[in-house]
Amino acid sequence: MNLRTLLVLLIATLAVYVMLGAAAELPPYGVPDSPAFNQLAERYVGKALEETGVLNMVTSIVLDYRAYDTMFETIVLFTAALAVIVALKTGGETGGKR
Amino acid sequence: MRDIIFKRIITLILPFIQLYGFYVIFHGQISPGGSFAGGIIVALGIIAYATAFGAEEGRAVLPEKVTTWAESYGTLWYGLLGMVGIVKGGPFLANRLAGIDLGVPGTLSSGGLIALLGIGVGIRVASTMVTLFFTMLEEEV
Repeated sequence: MNLRTLLVLLIATLAVYVMLGAAAELPPYGVPDSPAFNQLAERYVGKALEETGVLNMVTSIVLDYRAYDTMFETIVLFTAALAVIVALKTGGETGGKR
Repeated sequence: MRDIIFKRIITLILPFIQLYGFYVIFHGQISPGGSFAGGIIVALGIIAYATAFGAEEGRAVLPEKVTTWAESYGTLWYGLLGMVGIVKGGPFLANRLAGIDLGVPGTLSSGGLIALLGIGVGIRVASTMVTLFFTMLEEEV
C-alpha cells in the first residue's frame, strides 16, 4: 500500500464520516414539527391552483414554481447524452477506428 | 427474437404508444403524468421498434438529424419562453406574475406557459433517451 492509496482511503473515510454525521442530524421522517413542514408546503397545497391555474400540483411545482430548476434538469439530460456520446462514439467519419 | 409475430405487433401498437406519449405530454397540466413521463413513453415506442427491426431500421424512423435538432433546441425553446416573462416586465420564467392569462383550470389551454414549457421538456427527454439508446446500441464497446 503506497502513500497515494493511503491518502485516498483517508479522504474517503473523512467524507463518509461527514456524510453520516449530517445524516444523523436529519429530523425523523414524518414528524409534524420537522422543518420540512413549513409555510412553503402550505402555500403549495393551498394556493397552487389559484396561482398557476393547473390541476396537477406536481406539474405546477415542476414547471411553474421550480421552472428554473427544470430548465437545468434538461441541461443535465443533455450532459448525460453528451457524456455517453463522448465515451462511446469511436468517430467513424474521421477514421479513428479503435 | 426478431420473428414475424414480434415485428407485426410492434408495427400495430407503435402508433398507439406514440399517441399515448403525446397525450401524456400535452395533458400534463390536467391529469397525472407530465412532460417527463410522456417523453419517456414516446422514446420507448421508438426503442421498442428498434429492438424489433434492428438499429438501422429504427434510425430510419427517427433520423439522427431530428434527435440532434431536438437536443440542441429543446432547452433554447425553454429559455425563450422564459424570456416572455422578462419582456412583459416580470422575472425570468414568470407565468402569472407576467400577466399571462391562466385560463379555466381543467381545460387543455389552462396554465399559461406551463403547457408550452412541458412540450419543450418532453421533446428533450424523448430525444435524450433515443440518443442514449442508439449510441449504446450502435457502438461496440
